[in-house]
Amino acid sequence: MADAVQTDLAVNLLIFLMATFLGLELVRHVSRLLHTPLMSLTNAISSVSFVAALIVMVDPKNDLILFLVTIAVGLAATNIVSGFVITDRILRMFKRDRPKK
Amino acid sequence: MSDLPQYLYIIAIVLFALSLRWMGEVKSARRGNWAAALGMVLAIIGTLIAYQVQRTDLLIAGVVVGTIIGLPIGLKVRMTGVPQRTAASHAFGSLAVALVGTAEFYQRAPAIDIFAVSVLSAEMILGYLTFTGSCIAFAKLQGLIPGRPFVYRGRNFVNLSVLGVAIVLGIFLVIDPGQGFVLPIMAGFALLFGFVLVMAIGGADMPTVIAILNSYAGISAAALGFVLNNRVLIVAGALDGSSGFILAVIMSQAMNRSFVNVLFGGVGAVVSAGSPGSAQTGRTVQAYTVDDVATVLEGAKSVIIVPGYGMAVAQAQHVVKELADVLEKSDIDVKYAIHPVAGRMPGHMNVLLAEAQVPYDQLLEMDRINPLFPETDVAIVVGANDVTNPAARTKPDSPLYGMPILDVDKAKTVVFVKRSMNPGFSGVDNELFYLPNTMMVFGDAKKVLGELLAALKRR
Repeated sequence: MADAVQTDLAVNLLIFLMATFLGLELVRHVSRLLHTPLMSLTNAISSVSFVAALIVMVDPKNDLILFLVTIAVGLAATNIVSGFVITDRILRMFKRDRPKK
Repeated sequence: MSDLPQYLYIIAIVLFALSLRWMGEVKSARRGNWAAALGMVLAIIGTLIAYQVQRTDLLIAGVVVGTIIGLPIGLKVRMTGVPQRTAASHAFGSLAVALVGTAEFYQRAPAIDIFAVSVLSAEMILGYLTFTGSCIAFAKLQGLIPGRPFVYRGRNFVNLSVLGVAIVLGIFLVIDPGQGFVLPIMAGFALLFGFVLVMAIGGADMPTVIAILNSYAGISAAALGFVLNNRVLIVAGALDGSSGFILAVIMSQAMNRSFVNVLFGGVGAVVSAGSPGSAQTGRTVQAYTVDDVATVLEGAKSVIIVPGYGMAVAQAQHVVKELADVLEKSDIDVKYAIHPVAGRMPGHMNVLLAEAQVPYDQLLEMDRINPLFPETDVAIVVGANDVTNPAARTKPDSPLYGMPILDVDKAKTVVFVKRSMNPGFSGVDNELFYLPNTMMVFGDAKKVLGELLAALKRR
């Protein structure tokens, strides 16, 4: 059992580092024009903590724990909904065409 | 079939990565956003398959309440309010991870292994401090509390002591997870630290602060992924963390602050240290009228507009756009110069101008626009100040020295629209005002530009 946990940690660390490198590379190439929607997008993505709340919600030991994760579910859901909706709204405003006379 | 959640997670992770790739340019950015949304749905479905949540009533209640709150925010917030919305979402996100971390601790204590409790302690401290920090950032951006930094002698010592106590309590939890009562005290100190940390930072430094808090929120989500052994959390948190990190670095470079300064969050100290000694020098500036400016613009071939946050405060972006339209009709080439810290969060100025229907290919970032100033007839500065101050290039004793600026002074004529002679947030007098090729026009940006527009149309 202890071995299994160790292996997971190493794999998880590797995944974390690779994802960080990938993120750094990808974000470096994002146009400065789009840094605001980028931030609202990554914020929505990090609300995947919703998933974490679900996992802890499976078998809560007492009502306090259930209460805490229920609040977390609400907070994360708020971020997911508002995050993707507002990012799209911001992006819809970026237009290239100008009325040419 | 039992592997299905794993594969859904993998697809979700690929979609998250692709979404950042597609966010790289305007034409694919919306696709990127919806790719990430799809990834989110798949990650949630995968989790629901893998874990049997019993209390679906509470789950649904949480989602419904979240939608009821989140949807109006997403649909209604004005573009000037996006920085506040972002700070609020950092607060929500970090509180969510902190609460899940707290729940997970109580769930597994006292038989929790040392790795899990260590990561959880760190994650909770980071999550709770990000929560209050983001709340204060929100309050400052929204104007609920004054934006000026709350500084006093020895504040760094006090602040670090508060953080130190939180960390010591965290270590105590690691040593003896049976003492669950320590957790709320630790959380309290972390909350206090976030509060005092951001209170000490000026409103004008919010672009950097928001980016740092963005990074913190991501890192704490990834930490939770380690504890729960959940890869989609680790990847999403890492992507968010690295994105916030890069934005923070860009912001700090644009303000000529050291990297350590950014990570520590000690922004604002530099500003307050710089203000004395550079007060008004008794020099006078020449004030011009709107008609003078109209005359100059008539003879111009190329114009660069330099917008700052003052333009948005005056709600002048639509007038600016109208002015640009009129100039373009007279075959004058119009471009916009966007400094990286223009606005209240990274990229904010672009969004404000996009909302006013300015075509995005007219928005040029600093490195691309600076070579164009010498061959430009008129530069119109609206609501920007410090980012145009030539002292940043020429005066080694200026607090602004070394900060990358827009080379507005190199244009043949500079029109500077300004409410009064008050200096910018740095408290430094702008050398630009006293240059012979500068025309100062005093008044509210929206009013002045409206009058200028009328004057141009009369001719």
